[in-house]
Amino acid sequence: MIRRFNMFNLTSLTFGLAFLYLPLLLVVIYSFNDSRLVTVWGGFSTKWYGIVLNNDAYLEAAWITLRIAFVSATLATVLGTLSAVVMVRAGSFPGRTLFSGMIFAPLVMPEVVTGLSLLLLFVAIGLDRGFWTITIAHATFAMCYASVVISSRLASFDRSLEDAALDLGCTPLSAFRQVTLPVIAPAVISAWLLSFTLSLDDLVIATFTSGPGSTTLPVKLYSSVRLGVSPEINALSTMLIGIVTFGVIAASLINRRQERRQKQENRAAAAAA
Amino acid sequence: MRTSRKFLILTPYLWLGLFFLVPFLIVIKIALSDSVTASPPYAPTFSLDEGLAGLRASFAQLDFENFLWLAEDGIYLKAYFNSVKVAAIATLLTLLIGYPVAYAMAKAPRDWRKTLLLLVILPFWTSFLIRIYAWIGILKNEGFLNLTLMKLGIIDQPLAIMHTELAVYIGIVYSYLPFMILPLYASLERIDGKLLEAAEDLGCGAFAAFRQITLPLSLPGVVAGCFLVFIPAIGEFVIPDLLGGSGTLMIGKTLWLEFFSNRDWGVAAAVAIVLLTILIVPIVLFQRHQQKHQEELG
Repeated sequence: MIRRFNMFNLTSLTFGLAFLYLPLLLVVIYSFNDSRLVTVWGGFSTKWYGIVLNNDAYLEAAWITLRIAFVSATLATVLGTLSAVVMVRAGSFPGRTLFSGMIFAPLVMPEVVTGLSLLLLFVAIGLDRGFWTITIAHATFAMCYASVVISSRLASFDRSLEDAALDLGCTPLSAFRQVTLPVIAPAVISAWLLSFTLSLDDLVIATFTSGPGSTTLPVKLYSSVRLGVSPEINALSTMLIGIVTFGVIAASLINRRQERRQKQENRAAAAAA
Repeated sequence: MRTSRKFLILTPYLWLGLFFLVPFLIVIKIALSDSVTASPPYAPTFSLDEGLAGLRASFAQLDFENFLWLAEDGIYLKAYFNSVKVAAIATLLTLLIGYPVAYAMAKAPRDWRKTLLLLVILPFWTSFLIRIYAWIGILKNEGFLNLTLMKLGIIDQPLAIMHTELAVYIGIVYSYLPFMILPLYASLERIDGKLLEAAEDLGCGAFAAFRQITLPLSLPGVVAGCFLVFIPAIGEFVIPDLLGGSGTLMIGKTLWLEFFSNRDWGVAAAVAIVLLTILIVPIVLFQRHQQKHQEELG
């Protein structure tokens, strides 16, 4: 692109970013509002945070959500890595088209359909709905995202390194562990983080697959939001926005530092050669 | 070697078979079953206990009652048409808002670009529900927008935006904007500056150069972005439920109500099947487009 950044570009960027951030900023600002009337400013206060943090229902839901996200993200990453290896490395095998279809389809399937179909499965096999049904549901759709993320990294990875390890007497498993895995590690970590966030964020599939006693935070939040805007929800949302912002910025800083180090190493290697 | 390869393939294969394919087949089966008032509220059409003869008998029993019901009751047809309409208009709006932003990002100084990308992606990581919730506070009658406009003396009656289709458009545009900006930015950033310089040297005005060079070259990004917004918007549930009114019929919401409020699993499953059939066309087109684009790049 020709680089002539003009007023028009600056204006569209400003408006675009304002559109993306103002709504969230308003939630953050009003979470510190003393007044119960959400849109009338009644002075600065942090009392709503105290109320949220003392609300056992929210805390319990948050704890369940985190546990589900952790277990399902881990499952999804393992399954996603396996699928990526199958897609990129396994060559042809019977049913390959069906397999790639099953990896791709959940990415474009409406959530209501995924939720409904899994619920019908759990009813059909008589599995009680709760922690594990939500975890399985999340792992299933997140593994497809994980597989896409890892596949793209795996496809660009020089296969001869792996072949060399095999020639030198490595078993396929240890060649994967010692050569391939370290190279695709950043993608595996991104896949885990993506799966974790997808699980934390999911409302629709969790509503279909949750049972009594396993209400996740989005499900709980949704039932409160339906009743209208409240300062407690603003406070809770602000905490969640804060956590995510911190996480994403930290991840991107680590990523950049790694990239820089990689570049330096490459340069050093080139200089040595 | 052989067994480990088999194990490698079979693990994700079986997982997806059990938790994706089988549930999908069950949806089809229930869509073809009769609804009854019981728990679970459908009469199973197949039962594997009776062997092949039983299976044959079940096939004879299959009926399209649920689908006929969808076709006869105007409300479902309306919901399907309305979903496609709302998704299409919202996609167009997202494109109109996303394009200038992506264009500016591609033109921005190189050291800004990573930060700009991060800024566009960041809201996408925050909870979907919170992002929709934020708009309730803005759009409702005594919300931020109306209060501000009234204080400024621009209006004296609050604008009724909440619980209308307009609120749904705003919600979709807001939630899916990153999906539009990212592919647009990727294709705009790749355009060779020399082409634009050449056009300028040959006496082309800025607008003509944009129309004849930038726009056609960014088309792959436009198409990809539009599909990425259009496909999920059709089946959207949360946005029409929270921002739309009772008049905003969308098919994701219809399925939800059919299942949770009316407890009619057969009709809900039939709604799901029809929804997927509608989605097949855009999904196949999207995949073709992506493949073609990949080949052109590679």
